[in-house]
Amino acid sequence: MTIIEGRVWKFGDDVDTDVIVPGRYLIGDVPEIARHVMEGIRPGFADLVEPGDIIVAGSNFGTGSSRDVAVKAMLAIGIRAIVAESFARIYFRNCINSGLAPVECPGASVIEEGQRVRIDLLDGKVTVVDTGVVLEAVPLPKEIASILDAGGLVGFMRREIEADHR
Amino acid sequence: MGQTVAQKIIARAAHRDTVEPDEVLWVDVDIAMIHDSGGPRRIWPMLTELGVRVLDPDRLVMVSDHYVPAQDVGAAEILQTTRAFAKEFGVTRFHEAQGIAHTLMVEKAYLRPGMLYVGGDSHTCTGGVLGCLALGMGSTDLFGVVATGRTWLRVPHTIRVEIDGALAVGVTAKDLILTIIGDHGMSGGLYRVLEFGGPAIAGMGIQERSVLTNMCAEIGAKTGIIPADDVTVSYLAERGVDVEPGPVSDQDATYAETWRYDATAVEPVIARPHRHDDVVPASEISGVPVGRAYIGACTGAKHSDLVMAAEVLRGRSVAPGVLLQVAPASRGAWEQAIGDGTAATLMEAGAHILSTGCGACPGIGSGVLGPGEVCISTTSRNARGRMGSPDSQVYLGSAYSVAAAAVAGEIVDPRMLMVVPA
Ligand code: SF4
Repeated sequence: MTIIEGRVWKFGDDVDTDVIVPGRYLIGDVPEIARHVMEGIRPGFADLVEPGDIIVAGSNFGTGSSRDVAVKAMLAIGIRAIVAESFARIYFRNCINSGLAPVECPGASVIEEGQRVRIDLLDGKVTVVDTGVVLEAVPLPKEIASILDAGGLVGFMRREIEADHR
Repeated sequence: MGQTVAQKIIARAAHRDTVEPDEVLWVDVDIAMIHDSGGPRRIWPMLTELGVRVLDPDRLVMVSDHYVPAQDVGAAEILQTTRAFAKEFGVTRFHEAQGIAHTLMVEKAYLRPGMLYVGGDSHTCTGGVLGCLALGMGSTDLFGVVATGRTWLRVPHTIRVEIDGALAVGVTAKDLILTIIGDHGMSGGLYRVLEFGGPAIAGMGIQERSVLTNMCAEIGAKTGIIPADDVTVSYLAERGVDVEPGPVSDQDATYAETWRYDATAVEPVIARPHRHDDVVPASEISGVPVGRAYIGACTGAKHSDLVMAAEVLRGRSVAPGVLLQVAPASRGAWEQAIGDGTAATLMEAGAHILSTGCGACPGIGSGVLGPGEVCISTTSRNARGRMGSPDSQVYLGSAYSVAAAAVAGEIVDPRMLMVVPA
């Protein structure tokens, strides 16, 4: 999963996890919660997304509550990567732990909704396919990349346990 | 090169002499906290999937605070799962409906200076008030910590927040931190640790100080920390825990930035809907009518907050058409309020008392807002829909400001209702 390509949905700065998944839905399970992703600012978003789509956002994406269903619900509707100028730190960790690629890309604001982008996680490059513009992203430290590569923390720990038993 | 207190705590937890900012390291966790919302119901299936158990139940604290008392069957089931988890894994430090996790971690002196503490909630940073490194994370991270006792982190840069002077009458730590957040924005502290110090901090009690570390979540910081001093030592001593002051940052530690404030110049402020960094003086927006006044949350319903509210409400009544709700941050806070007459003052003024817990703060428990309702609240966040309907509006302020608005029926500078020396 080092190269990810998909269509872009664009959001602004400081998107809060209370907006991604409002607290009143937290009582449910992920498939139920996922139907309400972003409904406060983009009603019907879950139905618009197609598997493989990518979110592009401004700074401090995922600020607020630590709820990691705000990542799992994104995966459930088919989002495969989030490119943002910066992330709230807990959301960034939750992405890594759940196997959703968080791409920190300070120039992300030039990307427009509906464009296609190609992300090279290892090289730290985001290419806007429509225009050919190449943006620099912050490459993931290898310790963190290995967790993402295992599909998240559960998969990473499974690998470690299996390695111990070998 | 000198080390900041955050670097020192991480170095010890990583079995190193020193660490440098931006290094990614695996560290040992001294103590972990999970609550009913992000805890067992999310973590247990992951433990089962991997066939692993809680590594050390004595290093885990569990709190049911988000879904108490159960509002419906779904909430009751979450509480049952939480109880069953504590029993299955032998977690003895488990508190249901005794208070909000962040308040209890401090009040019960579970946290000690120098500890590396990880909690499954974004306001875990509150614990930094006792001089530990308190890191908030999500459920999957906590699953890793609970199963292995370890986690990874990136060594943060530190911002020194130096507060001179002293807060004036009617002005609180809440006004101070909202002022700081207003100046720097909700991502102003991103990835970095805010280390508070200076004469104004030295003069504050632990409960007031904890508002500063609590709301580090609202400025995007990794956490906030107030290195343990005499105030910390005597707070812990009163709870039967003997510690030394410190650890503290070295004289030649490197800070990414230093922010300086004069507490004397701070005035009562309010954050407007729907951003907690949209901060204005209370006097500037006085006259905004409110129908709801909420004194609750780990941020704003500790005993000290209840006392502030009572100071304004004594001999007065809540305005007609306003519902003032009080959800104490802990059972201990309410017991103390009963003992010293604060509770009676609140009730005589017409406050509606809710049970202890997160309540309406996350839009889950009692007292949530309907469409069009306008609330002034002592909580920490006002993102759209946070406390209920996406069409409600939440203003944030101190307990003084919330109590004053409840009496006036509109936002006012709380000093208008207080005896302020000229
Ligand atoms: S009171 Fe509010 S801010 Fe505090 S832990 Fe509960 S939901 Fe979070």
